Amino acid sequence: MSAVDHPAPRREIRERFGFLRRSYAMLVKEFIQLKRDRVSFAMIVMLPVMQLMLFGYAINTTPHHLPSAVLLQEDSDLARSILKALENTAYFRFLYEVHDVDDFDNLLKSGKVLFGVEIPRGFERAVRRGDRPALLVAADATDPVAASAAIGSLGMVVQTALKHDLYIGDPPEMPFEIRAHARYNPAASSSLNIVPGLVGTILTMTMLIFTALSVTREVERGTMESLLSMPIKPVEVMFGKIIPYVLVGFVQAFLIIGIGVGLFGVPVLGNLVLLALLSTLFITTNLSIGYTISTLVQNQLQAMQMSMMFFLPSILLSGFMFPFAGMPAWAQYVGEGLPLTHYLRIVRAIMLKGATMQNLRFDTLALAALMLLAMTIAVTRFRRTLD
Amino acid sequence: MNGGNGIAIDVKGLTKSFGGREVVHDLSMQVKRGSIYGFLGPNGSGKTTTIRILCGLLTPDSGEGTCLGYDIRRDAEKIKRQVGYMTQRFSLYQDLSVRENLEFVARLYGLVDARGAARDMIRRLGLSGREEQLAGELSGGWKQRLALGACTLPNPQLLLLDEPTAGVDPKARRDFWNEIHALAAEGLTVLVSTHYMDEAERCHEIAYIAYGYLLAHGTVEEVIAKSALTTYTVTGEGLNELGAALPGKPGIDMVAPFGTSLHVSGRDVAALEDSIAPWREKGGLHWQKSQPSLEDVFIELMGRSRDNFQ
Repeated sequence: MSAVDHPAPRREIRERFGFLRRSYAMLVKEFIQLKRDRVSFAMIVMLPVMQLMLFGYAINTTPHHLPSAVLLQEDSDLARSILKALENTAYFRFLYEVHDVDDFDNLLKSGKVLFGVEIPRGFERAVRRGDRPALLVAADATDPVAASAAIGSLGMVVQTALKHDLYIGDPPEMPFEIRAHARYNPAASSSLNIVPGLVGTILTMTMLIFTALSVTREVERGTMESLLSMPIKPVEVMFGKIIPYVLVGFVQAFLIIGIGVGLFGVPVLGNLVLLALLSTLFITTNLSIGYTISTLVQNQLQAMQMSMMFFLPSILLSGFMFPFAGMPAWAQYVGEGLPLTHYLRIVRAIMLKGATMQNLRFDTLALAALMLLAMTIAVTRFRRTLD
Repeated sequence: MNGGNGIAIDVKGLTKSFGGREVVHDLSMQVKRGSIYGFLGPNGSGKTTTIRILCGLLTPDSGEGTCLGYDIRRDAEKIKRQVGYMTQRFSLYQDLSVRENLEFVARLYGLVDARGAARDMIRRLGLSGREEQLAGELSGGWKQRLALGACTLPNPQLLLLDEPTAGVDPKARRDFWNEIHALAAEGLTVLVSTHYMDEAERCHEIAYIAYGYLLAHGTVEEVIAKSALTTYTVTGEGLNELGAALPGKPGIDMVAPFGTSLHVSGRDVAALEDSIAPWREKGGLHWQKSQPSLEDVFIELMGRSRDNFQ
């Protein structure tokens, strides 16, 4: 070596902005490595496309205790009777009783209820007069499976209930008309439900695996030893490893939504910027959880297995495969702890219902909380020594 | 400079166990600033563990000390800024190019012009023309050069090199040592572990460690003198029978063949002379009393420590 001819120049070291600088160093490195890893790179594009093509069907199941609201414009015995009858079917559970149309619409839009019954003013009087007034039923059909069974049951239920209360005679003759309105997805098309759901599912899978492998890979390749001997902090390693994949996740989300809109005709009614922002939050949450996994496991195989362990409940309990409202209470509690559950509500609400930030406050906060929790665990679990 | 008083590493009573097995036992050592300190010992003797403790990668179970004036327990972060650690296994990113690896290190340490620093280092290492080659595709000698370049890039005051020349050809090894001497001449302190005796002799001071115990330290001459070993170099016909017959005899601590000669050593000169007397009288062999080599000393130390600790 020609060290003697070229004495090492003493180079100045910057002390300010150390955090940003070191995170940036890590980020650039991760980007280059991702670029070199052609298989992973291909997966970024192939996975969403394949999944979208494969999920051409929906899984059917009968929901019960659908969260519902009633818009009561008159308080009459008949109205009470009908509500009682609906609740007795076990399909519906009336959580809200409102008197204002806007409140009613907001409940549906934010996903707090999937079902709404509107009893118009003068309804009882109209029935007694034999005018056959309309009973408006609004269903959130973004999840057509959940909505259709409930709508189908309406007619019979109400009839039986009214006969019992002697409002109508035998043979039954319907004294009013039930006008069901499948909101947001009038054709009950399952791809309208599946495509936004797939955005969340695919992102969960790819994001989780990308970061779950990141720390263990450094350990297995032996590069961790030298990384730990350098002055970099756990938070900086984490940000450096997460940020490049936020971009990857963004590309995937764009791809899925693009195909959804172009091929399956899924509308995007809400604000695209809001969708992008909340998707970024969801992507980051998943990356943080993946990164946490990688600080907990010993090798890449364990990392894969643990990712699957997180991924399966995400698919089953988030409302992607089965209607959330149809699950038993314990499963719903588990579901609330999964980021996918909240993102599914967000993405369906924005794309299909045109929901705004105001409708989605709870789910946004839940995602942010899960993200911070994962990051905290990751940073505290990250081993700074080889002990 | 930090710590002053000319001592770069000053540790006392370091102990470290893994899973109940003590890997480093009550180890104390001092390394002068600007010196090249050789760390010798068989595989699994605790060299790597000691080096990792020094650069903050492991926390000792007990013991204390300073590295560049910083407390090894409390100031690991500060030590990391000033220390270049070259791991035994190549630990740069194989899927990053030479330039990208160096730029990564430069950025991480906050060098003002990371690209320029990497470019200068490539020139200094003689890697010009290979800067876009992936680190994983370099030959062993080049990899080791790159690794040394990466750990000297942020101007460290102390280099910890863990068997840097293992599996590297003699020419590359020689170049490497020239570089280490050049760096030491610039004021860097170098602690280097090795298996090679010729490399040990290129160090200013050496320490011999086996089974976690520091058995000898000092300059090469001091270590040889302290061993109090008497060595005979035997040449001639029938070395094989001699080599088979001598071990285990009183006063014979070590019998080791060296090419066409046999080294017979012992600490008890009188007993040694008695044991070899019958063979000397027999004739046919040429017996030469000689200075023991460093290798004789180490093989003898190793044999002794094995008896004591295993």
